[in-house]
Amino acid sequence: MNGARNANAGIGRAAGQVHRVLTEAWRLQPLYVSLYAILLSFVVGGVLISIIGVNPFTAYWALLRGMVGGGDEIAGSLARSVPFIGSALALAFAFRAGLFNIGAEGQLLAGGITAAYVGALSWMSDLPGIVAIPLILIAGTMGGAIWGGIPGVLRTKTGAHEVISTIMLNSLVLFGVRWMVNSRDPVVLRDTESTVPRTDPISDTAVLPELVDSQPVLHTGLFALVGICFVVAFVLKRTTFGFEVGTVGLNPHASHYAGINVNRVIVASMAASGAFAGLAAASEISGTNGFFQPGTFFLMGFDGIAIALLARTNPVAIIAAALLWGSMLSGAPLMQQEADVSIDVVRIIQAMVLLFVAADAIVRYLFRVREHDQSPFKATSIEGAV
Amino acid sequence: MAQASGGAARPVLEVEGITKAFPGVVANDDVSLTLNQGEIHCLLGENGAGKSTLVNMVFGLYRPDQGTIKVRGEEVHFEDSGDAIARGIGMVHQHFQLIPVFTVAENIILGNEVTKGAFLDLDSARRQIDSLAERYGLAVDPDATVGDLSVGEQQRVELVKALFRDADILILDEPTAVLTPGEVDDFFGVVESLTGQGKSIIFITHKLREVLAVADRITVLRAGRVVGTATAEGATQQSLANLMVGRDVVFRVDKAEADPGAPVLRTQGLRVADDRGVETVTGFDVEVKAGEIFGIAGVEGNGQRELVEAVCGMRPTAGGRVEILGQETTDWSPRKITELGVAHVPENRSKHGVVAQYTIADNLVLNRYHHRKFSQRGVRNTAAINAEAQELVEQFDVRTPGVDAVIDTLSGGNQQKVIVARELTGDLKALVVAQPTRGLDVGSIEFIHRKIIELRDRGVAVLLVSAELDEIMSLSDRIGVLYRGRLAGTVNAADATREELGLLMATGSSEGQR
Repeated sequence: MNGARNANAGIGRAAGQVHRVLTEAWRLQPLYVSLYAILLSFVVGGVLISIIGVNPFTAYWALLRGMVGGGDEIAGSLARSVPFIGSALALAFAFRAGLFNIGAEGQLLAGGITAAYVGALSWMSDLPGIVAIPLILIAGTMGGAIWGGIPGVLRTKTGAHEVISTIMLNSLVLFGVRWMVNSRDPVVLRDTESTVPRTDPISDTAVLPELVDSQPVLHTGLFALVGICFVVAFVLKRTTFGFEVGTVGLNPHASHYAGINVNRVIVASMAASGAFAGLAAASEISGTNGFFQPGTFFLMGFDGIAIALLARTNPVAIIAAALLWGSMLSGAPLMQQEADVSIDVVRIIQAMVLLFVAADAIVRYLFRVREHDQSPFKATSIEGAV
Repeated sequence: MAQASGGAARPVLEVEGITKAFPGVVANDDVSLTLNQGEIHCLLGENGAGKSTLVNMVFGLYRPDQGTIKVRGEEVHFEDSGDAIARGIGMVHQHFQLIPVFTVAENIILGNEVTKGAFLDLDSARRQIDSLAERYGLAVDPDATVGDLSVGEQQRVELVKALFRDADILILDEPTAVLTPGEVDDFFGVVESLTGQGKSIIFITHKLREVLAVADRITVLRAGRVVGTATAEGATQQSLANLMVGRDVVFRVDKAEADPGAPVLRTQGLRVADDRGVETVTGFDVEVKAGEIFGIAGVEGNGQRELVEAVCGMRPTAGGRVEILGQETTDWSPRKITELGVAHVPENRSKHGVVAQYTIADNLVLNRYHHRKFSQRGVRNTAAINAEAQELVEQFDVRTPGVDAVIDTLSGGNQQKVIVARELTGDLKALVVAQPTRGLDVGSIEFIHRKIIELRDRGVAVLLVSAELDEIMSLSDRIGVLYRGRLAGTVNAADATREELGLLMATGSSEGQR
């Protein structure tokens, strides 16, 4: 009797669990499209690999081992992923305010060069790490924030669209830092003792502690960037500022009517976006390189766009998407070594992921996913001219 | 059954026992309707009564769950609107389906292009359009760009578009909602000439006066069911309103004599430019006192929108001044003006009034989410927000499954109630309301009117802008007529007549010349 009742209660609990898991999954439904997009890209990638005469399973097995085959591989994958979190947040945050920040590439450079400059200041070596490390990270964050804030200001003062201005600012900072780091006459930021163009090495006190001596090095910048994701999630979901950002993103007219200072929100969101990229760059300068080289951040900002959209601009999902992105890049060399499949195939797969997320109708059709939310980068309908 | 003039009624459209359910709601429940040749059949009902669902099925946009549709006695199963068009059914939607940068002729032939080889044959299209226009009294210029046309002209283009596709059953969805009083009269003329030449019309509206003016027969829907059919001769506004709402409706707004106090809202020589930079408010002076409703009548486009937006801080002024409670507030930010105790029910519900993707609760605190009650140290107090929302939803009778429902799932009337609930709550000194009841059903209109009068009786100064002359006349204590951006005249509501106001609205002068 008693046993039967217990069993019943147990079944009831289990059913409750299942229901909870299902509702949770339902809530995350928008992410299904992303998951299926990844799956589909690997299938198409597999076809591509077989066309060049390699067994796709062999190639993918090597890729997988390169990604997570052992402790070093996992650490390397993590390390490779960390900066992507920042560059993806740079897109995601602005996106919530209805802005399309495609300037993470430049904001990384601006943050990186600022961090490297501050980190190499002579008095930095006199400071204890507990001061020097935050300082270099803050410097990079500020550098990114300023470079991200400029298009925000331009947008509010002149109406210049942020897509155009961030592209232009990308070029500006790219060639600017390249000159600063290359030039010998005059010497701007170049380390004159180095044969390759790079800045002076940062002070030892400003180096983020290492976690695993992997390739690349896994350092404590991981915690900073993962932590920031949760902070951003909280800000967007629970704070008054997050409410303003979301309101401006969804309906700037109603925001203006309701008394929200729309221009301030736009500038603040762009600056915050740039700050995340700047933080990512500073953490790389401090934890991985120890100096600034323009090539370090090549494509990192643009990958951030893909990652953010894959995560459907959800800050916590960005962590997972960045991990996938970084570890694929980290695992690709082993695939090339063992299966003789070019690293570029991984790049192609990644491009397809983005394509399938963008053209989500394909995925929805193939996997019978109901339309639930709007794809983040389909143009929102233009309001009727009233 | 009513007989069409001159012989036995010949039904061209028979809807029998149609039922259509959407998740959570039965939009049409066993609805039947017959449209006779040459008849104007009015479909009357509150918002959400199921009028649009019904005609969308007739036009092939939805498929019925049950029931049959017969066109000229033959049962039809439409897959899409193309099938309906092929059967001679045309529909003019409430929101026009026109491309503003195309010409009238291009819009009309769109999807049905008249071609000569690989090229458009615009000349022959033009000829066809002209002959249609002449036949039905629908004056349109085939070469005009649609974006330059007035709303009334665009509607004529829509009608010609339907006729161009050989429609002889026309469905008109709230055709008069966007028209000025003069345009409405023209429109009725067109409708009569259409039926005179054998076209049959389903006319959707919730304006009782219009129903009685044009309908041959009337079908009243309530909550998805047919609650009555009537002929125009046998019906009165009161009887139709009662059928629509399901209870007795008070038509006259009951209100006590106003007891105006000190001036609250004052403008002096106010000038404001519209989006194109054209000054549409050209020296506007007004003084609204505490405890009175000052109504602004006028044909739309005479500066109403710019006036309201400038007073509420949403639009920069080009000259003059605005004073609230003796303090100059010219070009203050919307937030500062709100915090002074000025509420604003905006004209454009979806653009300004709500954030469509937000919940009811978030929309209810849209302009005060930052108050200490709802936000502590920058963190939102969701419990307090929900509690406030719950209270307002009950107080303002918002029909919703809950405060966490997305506002876009509510009917227009309920959305407007949310806006009104948000704006009419708090320590108010002045209230600026623009088109507060546009597109709403009788029940909601009555409710919102009562709330505005309650506020007036509590000593709030109310500036009311409305295109509905009836609304202005029944609510206001004083009425000003806005003509070309300035007050053409101010009259006491008690002495005002429709004729006098109409003359002022049309000519800017009570003598009728300018």
